[in-house]
Amino acid sequence: MDWLSFTLITTLIKIVGLCFVAILGLVSYTVYAERRVSAIIQDRVGPNRVGLPLTLLGFKKDVSFLGLFQPLADGIKFILKEDFTPAHVKKFYFWLAPALCLVPALLTCAVLPFGSSITIPWNGSERTIPLVIANLNVGPLFVFAIASLGVYGIVLAGWSSNSKYPFFGSVRSTSQMISYEISLGLSLVPVLLVMGELNLVTISQQQSEHGWNLLPYSLRDGFDLNRWLLLIPLGLAFVTFVIAMFAETNRLPFDLPECETELVGGYHTEYSSMKFALFFMGEYAAMIVGSGITVTLFLGGWSLPLGLDNYLPKGTVWVGLLHTAVFFSKLIAFLIFFIWVRWTLPRFRYDQLMRLGWIWMFEICLANVLLTAGILWYIS
Amino acid sequence: MAEIDNYHAVLLQLLLVIGLAATMLGLSVLVGRAGRRNAIKDSAYECGMLPIGDSQPRFSVKFYLVAMLFVLFDIEVVFMYPWAVVFRDLVAQNAMVFWGMLSFVGILTVAYVYALKKGALRWDN
Repeated sequence: MDWLSFTLITTLIKIVGLCFVAILGLVSYTVYAERRVSAIIQDRVGPNRVGLPLTLLGFKKDVSFLGLFQPLADGIKFILKEDFTPAHVKKFYFWLAPALCLVPALLTCAVLPFGSSITIPWNGSERTIPLVIANLNVGPLFVFAIASLGVYGIVLAGWSSNSKYPFFGSVRSTSQMISYEISLGLSLVPVLLVMGELNLVTISQQQSEHGWNLLPYSLRDGFDLNRWLLLIPLGLAFVTFVIAMFAETNRLPFDLPECETELVGGYHTEYSSMKFALFFMGEYAAMIVGSGITVTLFLGGWSLPLGLDNYLPKGTVWVGLLHTAVFFSKLIAFLIFFIWVRWTLPRFRYDQLMRLGWIWMFEICLANVLLTAGILWYIS
Repeated sequence: MAEIDNYHAVLLQLLLVIGLAATMLGLSVLVGRAGRRNAIKDSAYECGMLPIGDSQPRFSVKFYLVAMLFVLFDIEVVFMYPWAVVFRDLVAQNAMVFWGMLSFVGILTVAYVYALKKGALRWDN
């Protein structure tokens, strides 16, 4: 086989592995974790029954495994439910909307570097596989461009449902998402100013050599006062980026688009079975990819802390796998933080949400950009 | 066989993801059992009450204002990206790269303060 087919095969493996196995697997287990953690926080038990149905095979007892088979049961239920399209909806857009919600969320993970690289022997020579699906030099711009397409899914869902509550939910959701997109974009500018780079692979690589953006110390380089000075704007950028990302993914405390007490279920009120599941998966996939972006930009991506990667051999299989494990551990830690915040904070009122987005977040982010530029000018 | 570079990989992933979404929607049509329809089931869901009034009611003009302001300020952010990437290299030679962006942001700040004073961003009345 020639080199061309090698890249095709590895790309396919990476897409299936990251997108379909890792992210969709994480989606189902984040839903499970959400239910279990919320149960722990509220002093309940949560789903703990679904396991191997051994009684079907004639055994005396089922094995429940802490309910770890719950996502599987949910998936089967979603598929088997009646696929109902109400008569009053605009059929084409009603069907298009859930797909438009899921596709951008899963597509953004293409630029996420989920590990360093692996070198394997192939056809008598050594081939290096970078552990990223597409090494684009416009990383964050690609993510914003694709992720903002998800708004169309929500707009179309609300409009095509032809029903009051979905409509209000989608209008609210749209204006919330576009409002916080400005803060999201602005809070990223300090990172770009410091790194001077839009390529997420290079950003991860630099952090693995010189220490993370939020832990700017590496054993090889030693202490550098300038980098600790830059920690002030970068820390602020991290906080604003995370807040804006919570709003972008419609998570509590920003989940006004679907607040049950006012809007039934928000933009997906009229949806059921698999079409509803696609919205659900899109939302959680956006959350996972968002966590991945945060981890890559601020917490070193796949790298070990303190520049320990400088002492590891580059490109060997086990180091590549170690980096992937490190990346996913950080990602999962962040997802648990997401769940924790959801079950801790109450929801904002709509005017509070808009004031926070347009006045506080916007001004802080803008000032932060100028502060970063000023510090960089000072230390240059 | 075609060469797979980075943008081909994105295209490949797009096709696979669309395929996944289509398969899932199709599978649910094939496997999910269709029930009987009736007028109540087909009506819009409003917490179990019969639907009242227009199904696409009027909504506040403020949402349009937010959309327009978004376009304005999002463009500002997009203009900042190329500047941010080259800033660190250029500022060592010439501080003009800092003052240039400051004046650009200053002009937009005037617009922002105007929108603020006009009450375009007030939602509590």
